[in-house]
Amino acid sequence: MAYHRITTTINGATDVVDVPSNMTLLQMLRDKLALTGTKNGCAAGECGACTVLFNGEAVNSCMVLAVEADGADIVTVEGLAHDSQLDPLQELFVSEGAVQCGFCIPGMLISARALLDRRPNPADHDIRDALSGNLCRCTGYVRIIKAVKEAAKRGHAEPA
Amino acid sequence: MADNKQSANDGGRIPDVIGESVIRLDAREKAIGATQFADDFQFGPGLLYARILRSPHPHALIKKIDVSKAKALPGVKAIVTGDETPGFIGLYLQDRHIFCRDRARYVGDPVAGVAAVDEETAEKALELIEVEYEPLPGVFDPEFGVGPDAPLLHPDLGQYEVVNFVFPKPGTNISNHFKIRRGDADLAWAQCAAIVEKKYRVPHIQHVPIEPHVAVAKWDEGDNITLWGSSQSPFAQRNLIAKALGLSQSKIQVIAPVVGGGFGSKAGVSMEALAVVIAKAVKGRPVKLRLTREEEFFTTFVRQGLVAHFKMGCDKEGRLLAMENTYYWDAGAYTEYGVNMTRAGGYSGTGPYDVPNVKVDSICVYTNHPVGGPMRGFGMPELHSGLEQCVDDLAHHIGIDPVEFRQLNCIRGGDTVATGMTMHPIGLPECIDRVAKDIGWGKKSQPSAPNKRRGKGIAMMWKAPAMPPNAGSSAQITLSEDGTVTVALGGQEIGQGTFTVMAQMAAAALGVPYDWVKVATPVDTKYSPYEWQTVASRLTWSMGNAVVAAAKDARQQILDLAAEAWDEDPDNLDIVNGNVISYKTEESMPLKNMVIYGLPNPKGDGWIGKPVLGRGSFMPTYVTGLDAETGQGPRAVVHYTTGAQAVEVEVDMDTGRVEVLRAAAAFDMGKAINPEMVKAQMEGGLVQGISTALFEALKLKNGVVTNPSFVDYRIATTADVPHELFSEIVEVPQDDGPWGARGIGEHSMVPTIPAVANAIFDAVGIRMESPPYSSEKVYLAMMDAGIVK
Repeated sequence: MAYHRITTTINGATDVVDVPSNMTLLQMLRDKLALTGTKNGCAAGECGACTVLFNGEAVNSCMVLAVEADGADIVTVEGLAHDSQLDPLQELFVSEGAVQCGFCIPGMLISARALLDRRPNPADHDIRDALSGNLCRCTGYVRIIKAVKEAAKRGHAEPA
Repeated sequence: MADNKQSANDGGRIPDVIGESVIRLDAREKAIGATQFADDFQFGPGLLYARILRSPHPHALIKKIDVSKAKALPGVKAIVTGDETPGFIGLYLQDRHIFCRDRARYVGDPVAGVAAVDEETAEKALELIEVEYEPLPGVFDPEFGVGPDAPLLHPDLGQYEVVNFVFPKPGTNISNHFKIRRGDADLAWAQCAAIVEKKYRVPHIQHVPIEPHVAVAKWDEGDNITLWGSSQSPFAQRNLIAKALGLSQSKIQVIAPVVGGGFGSKAGVSMEALAVVIAKAVKGRPVKLRLTREEEFFTTFVRQGLVAHFKMGCDKEGRLLAMENTYYWDAGAYTEYGVNMTRAGGYSGTGPYDVPNVKVDSICVYTNHPVGGPMRGFGMPELHSGLEQCVDDLAHHIGIDPVEFRQLNCIRGGDTVATGMTMHPIGLPECIDRVAKDIGWGKKSQPSAPNKRRGKGIAMMWKAPAMPPNAGSSAQITLSEDGTVTVALGGQEIGQGTFTVMAQMAAAALGVPYDWVKVATPVDTKYSPYEWQTVASRLTWSMGNAVVAAAKDARQQILDLAAEAWDEDPDNLDIVNGNVISYKTEESMPLKNMVIYGLPNPKGDGWIGKPVLGRGSFMPTYVTGLDAETGQGPRAVVHYTTGAQAVEVEVDMDTGRVEVLRAAAAFDMGKAINPEMVKAQMEGGLVQGISTALFEALKLKNGVVTNPSFVDYRIATTADVPHELFSEIVEVPQDDGPWGARGIGEHSMVPTIPAVANAIFDAVGIRMESPPYSSEKVYLAMMDAGIVK
């Protein structure tokens, strides 16, 4: 198996990682860098649990090869908070009761972050569209949608 | 047990934290990605990876297995087969080997296991294992399975070990048959003014936790086994795996971090024992088995299929006179757990109705389908699905509104249920009223487009915890120097919020602020107090009682110590907000330090007291056996949780697409310890219910699941959530529940399928034999009925 040395910025810090050609970004994050906040739910790009920001876009990291991340800027759930200050989405997921088992939450937060970065004032259907690739079996999505709405409102009140 | 009549309600005043929607204690950690799930544990470079070779045949004899080529593959460390697993495993009926031996009974049955340096190598090794099968005819329908032409799937059924409340029929494919015979249904039909008779089917579905099953096992030279896994049942796994391997339970330590979604799929033992057996072959090295999403769909428990025959009749006033229901459960290749779903489906087989003449037959049938196991609702969503549609039809036949019909016939406190038990006080009638009001019952609203039609439907439910009569709970309370509290317990956090609720109860019973309480995690059978399993929506009630007892024990120790120090009667003392106070002298003292070091002896030199350690346990002792022929007995179950749902749907006449526009749920959980979390259960259950009503079915073809992926097996997404939801809390207290509480987790998806079906009927006048009510099926049914052309 051929190995490649890639340089990638993960959660604001630049890393050099040696990865085999067939390693996915998800495997690199979890197995090489111990960033286990990003979850493996299907390894087939269908459940959204492994969603990360890739140059600002929400992608399923199980469908991206690690070598493709060479030179990329990656943000995982571990990188959403800054200096212990949670992302408003994280705060609202907690306070709105949007978290149950929590397994889908990292991917859900990342997809929501990508949405709010792209569209700070989303309509209800925008939120539903943006999160429709993130499966959750516990919450019925009700409080997740509400938390994203509230975060958008808050973002407007006090621009970051 | 003297403490069965829970006295958490001492003094009548309910502490503030009970009924307060505190923030979940695990939410922040989960939202920053710091929570460690089983797959997140790090085991270092010594970790081996396992993969499983599975039978491609639904039913076949295994003639020969040749592992020599696979063993020669570099990187392969061990290969195991059924030769290593002569023992039997199973929760209620020990009817399976960990790896199958002479016979495979479903597509996916584990035939061999490989441990290798990585998953890729293990996967390659599977291809090199040569197995010679002799395919046998299979059973793919439970009604066929009970007939004379069906091949016998378990010739040794009579020799399997079984609990004393399950009745297998050796020489048949029936592993349990539960009967109710009450009154005389045969005579009652003549007195009925209206009778409905109908057959419904419910397909197999999968739990689909977003976290796949994962287990890591290590077997050391001293035959001590450590098992890390995503588990609802660490103690049951310790017990069942030990029994199957002929080991003492004390040799197995199960470490179970929080679960990324369970819904029953991670209860009992499913794939964990495979990892343990493989680990034995590579002693000293941890072995990880992680199921793929594809395996997840058909090699772990699935929800059993059901074929149900209903007959019910009422008099001209609409009073139910008789019910005759026969349930054929398509329980799959092994029914170790399924036999008790059959039992639950039997004793609750009338639904929440007051019926004088009842005949119920609930029959557990072996088939060559995936293994049926517990899933949220434990048989209740399946049987209520058709039952609540028949009730609607009967109401229409006799000319009574379905809501009124349910009010007239629903079970109430003091009624005798079909098993002979007297119903405790319940709020079912209020639940019906609430959802009817919320949904605007009786009012037709305008469709959103000319090609659409709207309808409303209601359904109600009951469910009791289904478990052995003596399923127990235990808990310990310790305190730190600073007065904060740690609750040790053996129940699992699977998303339902039990750790938060237990912290609330401990805080309330001890007298400290909620945020002083932590839960000792992960659950570890070596250190955590015993808990039967995290199933049956039993923890708030059962483990709650244990935690309250432990907190009160600790509290008493603290009060006794303070009383001695102050020379007072402990009855005059209290613990409020983390301080011991005297109502008599108004003296006050913080808990810190005294709970560890005691206090200086007020009478001179030395010390009094000792480290405080609270212990509590709970076990119901009053559940009785039921007669095998009539299902009659004084107390079939510990209690019932009841409730109702109503929905409004819109049916697209051009496509058949059904959309649930708004929905209302009301359940009586006795006391909502955390009302927002209770509502979150109702919302999550409702959407899961909608998902099963509209989308979900395992497509089985000759035993093969043909849609084992999220692309082909669709579950509800954000797009499917109704835009208007009502979640109603009804509180009629449980006499032996902590502050009156009983369970709510599973119940919230029980009535959803029939509520949706009844709404579709209201909209377009069609009934379909089985869910899911997909666009295609609804459109075809409308064509058959001549509604569309």
